[in-house]
Amino acid sequence: METRSFRETGKELSVSTNTDFEVRSLDAVDVHESEQTKPFLNNLKYLFAGIIFGIILVKAEVISWFRIQEMFRLQSFHMYGVIGSAVVTGMISVWLIRKYKVKTIYGEPVTFVRKKLNKGNIYGGLIFGLGWALTGACPGPLFAQIGTGATVIIVTLLNAIAGTWVYGKFRDRLPH
Amino acid sequence: MLEFLKHPWPWYVAGPLIGLMVPALLLLGNKSLGISSSLRHICAACVPARIPFFQYDWKKEIWNLFFVAGILLGGVIVANFLQNPEPVKVNPALVNELENYGISNFQGMVPVEIFNWNNLLTPSGLVMMVIGGFLVGFGTRYAGGCTSGHSIMGLANLQLPSLVATICFMIGGFLAANLFIPIILK
Repeated sequence: METRSFRETGKELSVSTNTDFEVRSLDAVDVHESEQTKPFLNNLKYLFAGIIFGIILVKAEVISWFRIQEMFRLQSFHMYGVIGSAVVTGMISVWLIRKYKVKTIYGEPVTFVRKKLNKGNIYGGLIFGLGWALTGACPGPLFAQIGTGATVIIVTLLNAIAGTWVYGKFRDRLPH
Repeated sequence: MLEFLKHPWPWYVAGPLIGLMVPALLLLGNKSLGISSSLRHICAACVPARIPFFQYDWKKEIWNLFFVAGILLGGVIVANFLQNPEPVKVNPALVNELENYGISNFQGMVPVEIFNWNNLLTPSGLVMMVIGGFLVGFGTRYAGGCTSGHSIMGLANLQLPSLVATICFMIGGFLAANLFIPIILK
């Protein structure tokens, strides 16, 4: 809808008013925004969180192409155990945060976003599943694999960025 | 301690630790765990090309780019200090199958026989690295998230779309691993 009006008016929407249309509600992430403005260097805590996450991903071998092949051939419980226990831990955490209305370290409320089911969850999911088995990596592991020294994965990452770009380019024409 | 850290971590240690990233990010700044969005922010920052999907203030999402930079550094740290000297221990049936495709080096995170610079422009290299990467980027954005955003954060938050997406991830993966990869690598 808004996309159409964007075309009809032909006007460039300013970055601040354009909230990327309805996509934000369909998207899994980046829907949260802090009310407070914080110094740029506060982002370093996310760098640190990423380092921890990266170490766990590599040591759990969930970024191993071999482990992914095993998973999709039902030859090992490992990946299912990792993902399953991660989900359960996440569920309990979210439940506790909601129940006790736990605030962020800045005292802001934690918010959760409901997602709307759309056809993209199915088509996109199937497409990503194919890519996951071929590359042995989802987006996070691509970064971790490069870090472990598999430099050629830079090519895979660049193609993943290209894939995201092509999706953005043609998303109006894709069923959602 | 260091010896323990160098061994591959069992699922019951690694899984809950991954799950704890969910509350960690929520409490650090009300952020939802998710990684594939970083690819979109990179597009928005580098090649927005007047595409509406990339017209937003990516700088507000810069935490996500710090996060993925951290993941890369985490990989560097493991490779330099916590590297497991042993090859990955996988099911012998998989070892046998992969031997048929000329894969016998189980050191590292990806099979070097396929994922190397010289193999990039061969048919198998193109499909596994170039097309595979494209499908990852296209599919995750189309699905609205990846394994972290949907399968961990979304399921933890009891979101039906995330369950649907996760089931489809698995279906796609089963098809590729059992039907396509044997053909590609033969």
